[in-house]
Amino acid sequence: MVLSIEQDLNRFKKIVKNKIRKDLNRYISHSELIGKKGKQLVRIPVNEIDIPDFRYDRNKQKGVGQGEGEIGEPIGVGEPEEGGNGKAGDRPGEHILEVEITLEELASILSEELELPRIVPKSEKGLTAEKAKYTGINKIGPESLKHFKRTYKQALRRHILTGSYDPNNPLIVPIQEDKRYRTFKLKLNPFSQAVIFLMMDISGSIGENEKEIVRLETFWIDTWLRANYKGIKTRYIVHEAIAKEVSRETFFSLSTSGGTLISTAYELCYDIIMREHNPLDWNIYVFHFSDGDNWSREDTSKCIRILSDNLLPISNLVGYGQVESSQSGGRFFDELKEEVISRDNFLLSRINSKEAVLDSLKEFFGKGK
Amino acid sequence: MRFPTELKKIKYELEKHAQNMGLDFFPVVFEVVEFDEMNAIASRGGFPTRYPHWRFGMEYERLSKSYAYGLHKIYEMVINNDPCYAYLLEGNNIVDQKIVIAHVYAHCDFFKNNFWFQKTNRKMMDEMANHASRIWKFIEKYGYEKVENFIDTCLSIENLIDVHSVNFSSRTQVSESDADARIKVDRLRSKDYMESFINPPEFIAGMRKKKEDELAKKKEMRFAPQKDILQFLIENARLQKWEQDILSVIREESYYFAPQGQTKIMNEGWASYWHSKIMTSKALNDAEIIDYADHHSGTLGVRPGSINPYKLGLELFRAIEDRWNKGKFGTEYMECEDYEEKRKWDKKTGLGMEKIFEVRKTHNDITFIDDFLTPEFCLEHKLFVYSYNNDKNVYEISDREFRNIKSQLLLSLTNFGKPVILVDSSNYKNRGELLLTHTFSGAELNAVYAKSTLENIYKIWQKPVNIHTRINDIKVIMTFDGEKHETSTVQ
Repeated sequence: MVLSIEQDLNRFKKIVKNKIRKDLNRYISHSELIGKKGKQLVRIPVNEIDIPDFRYDRNKQKGVGQGEGEIGEPIGVGEPEEGGNGKAGDRPGEHILEVEITLEELASILSEELELPRIVPKSEKGLTAEKAKYTGINKIGPESLKHFKRTYKQALRRHILTGSYDPNNPLIVPIQEDKRYRTFKLKLNPFSQAVIFLMMDISGSIGENEKEIVRLETFWIDTWLRANYKGIKTRYIVHEAIAKEVSRETFFSLSTSGGTLISTAYELCYDIIMREHNPLDWNIYVFHFSDGDNWSREDTSKCIRILSDNLLPISNLVGYGQVESSQSGGRFFDELKEEVISRDNFLLSRINSKEAVLDSLKEFFGKGK
Repeated sequence: MRFPTELKKIKYELEKHAQNMGLDFFPVVFEVVEFDEMNAIASRGGFPTRYPHWRFGMEYERLSKSYAYGLHKIYEMVINNDPCYAYLLEGNNIVDQKIVIAHVYAHCDFFKNNFWFQKTNRKMMDEMANHASRIWKFIEKYGYEKVENFIDTCLSIENLIDVHSVNFSSRTQVSESDADARIKVDRLRSKDYMESFINPPEFIAGMRKKKEDELAKKKEMRFAPQKDILQFLIENARLQKWEQDILSVIREESYYFAPQGQTKIMNEGWASYWHSKIMTSKALNDAEIIDYADHHSGTLGVRPGSINPYKLGLELFRAIEDRWNKGKFGTEYMECEDYEEKRKWDKKTGLGMEKIFEVRKTHNDITFIDDFLTPEFCLEHKLFVYSYNNDKNVYEISDREFRNIKSQLLLSLTNFGKPVILVDSSNYKNRGELLLTHTFSGAELNAVYAKSTLENIYKIWQKPVNIHTRINDIKVIMTFDGEKHETSTVQ
């Protein structure tokens, strides 16, 4: 039987990928994806993938059913109107089909499209992990791991050697010495782990819009780094005039009316690294998002000092994203730009809308750090 | 080819039961497959070898996922072919396999004997493989994407065939069109130097024009609206040979699958009727009864808002059997107005079995429902009409009136629940444009899909394509001219 369904399947997946690629920004700024993880399936609407034909408008149709029920009793919910609203105009037809895809796949499409290089871990610091692989053979072991073929061969060999083998009655009886068992061998695999620090300004000037942007941006940062490292930890720090570490949930929901001292967050971050994430063992990523309104020039200088002296030397990447809605637009961005620009693991990005997230990701990860 | 001995014994036993009960089928080749193979085969419409196309991959992905989530399981696939091929799912318990084998024999009987299947190709297994190699040949010559794109275009209109056509020939012949034949104008005999006086050029030109017009008129008059749009396009669209060939492959496969759509209720009903009859009267042993009941009820369960063809078909066959056994038919019964008397009616005619065999031979779903759905049946089986409530965005039960149930059911079966589209003119506006007509029967076209479909037909016709339909209750013509869409109202 000839079965090459894989070929058709791959073709289908390729078509989906191409469609997604064409319209990537729409998916990146799709807030519903947030909260999904690597192998989880996400349903995303893809344009023009099913084959169109002349068909009826489903929502206007009647049908026949079977069962109990009074007249007027509801039996099912209508589908949301598909694009086009049933109106005929001069727009080309756009029909939509929802396709399931894993978040990992989406991340890899994202990286291909943004031409993001694979991240090179800081250095092969000889960090290794032991892994057991059942590739060895041993003379002792549990019956459940008996290697039948090897055991049989041993027994056959013994029978032939001792002359007890009779080709007309090829009865092979293994004894204990013949038995062979599978056993594991330890292999050392290079191992890399990473920690991401996500820091956000939650002072009064940060509104819901800005938070939504940060949420999207951090989600994709997280997804992209997870696609590159096996063991990954994410730590969340919020700050206004003081900084503290919070859980993921609080990170996105907290908001205060306090002032802003950015240096407090950088200090805390450095502090946590020193205490818990030895830079020799960890790949460290630090991202900070703010609207750029720091309390004083003095504090900014302090920030710059912490960055250049403490954070930058031990981190793979430090990124600062300035989230700018219409009215704000602080000076922090420019001040950082002047002072710390020389470091190649320090990156700045301005994000003024959900649509800008895509470009910003490229700015952060375009160098393969 | 896997078919374990254990099942072989069961097969022989069931085959004998089926034959003794009067079923008449092609030889059946059984094979046991794993769920993954089953999904792969099912995603190709039951055929192991077909031309390459991404939609089979899409269907496979869908089936695999819903199998993985435990949403469905395909117990069996049976292919209308001589011999019939039937795939059974590996790992089903013996009772399930028994039911499924009995079910398969009844399907095969239906394929062999039902009128609507008469013209289907009984060597389709081979034919599908031939189609595949034809298309592979084109792929080698013209490239994968080019061929795939054209297949996509054709699939957009694969349903536009005439399922009731009696004269379907699977081989599509391309006839020479008259337009190519040279138009000759009679000339009077003359010497060279007299030619321009005896046959003046203006006169000859005028005669030629007249003849051309006549021919065009004749062609237009000969042109009756037709349903087999695929055939029409094969004959009349300016396609290259390979494109014609692909279009005819699609058309042929469409005709092959059409009867299965036309007889879904009957076919599944027939198979369920017989698996139930064979199992409960012959093949079940005591220990299997619970498993049998579980499987059977799973097959026949109904959800509100949809008709289960297995259930509806089975119950209708049983109702017919019962009526003809008791003589509940004919004028005398129909004209009887006493409800009680009608209910107790029993002339002991005993024609039930004969009748259902006759029905399975001559009917399709539409005539089946039209002839045998009765008010008593609707009441007993609690059928209703549902409709969409715009304000609440829900579907709700709207009617339990027999007349309406029947007409709604018939409507949803007409043309497989797809709009009826005819080709009306190949020279619309006298500009060689194509005009299609949607035969309006109460439901409007989905405009988004209609537009994309017009775009695809344009790719084949290569001149503007129009369709006569209704939008928001207004008669309109939708047009795609290769660049933009337009909708104009007509009186």
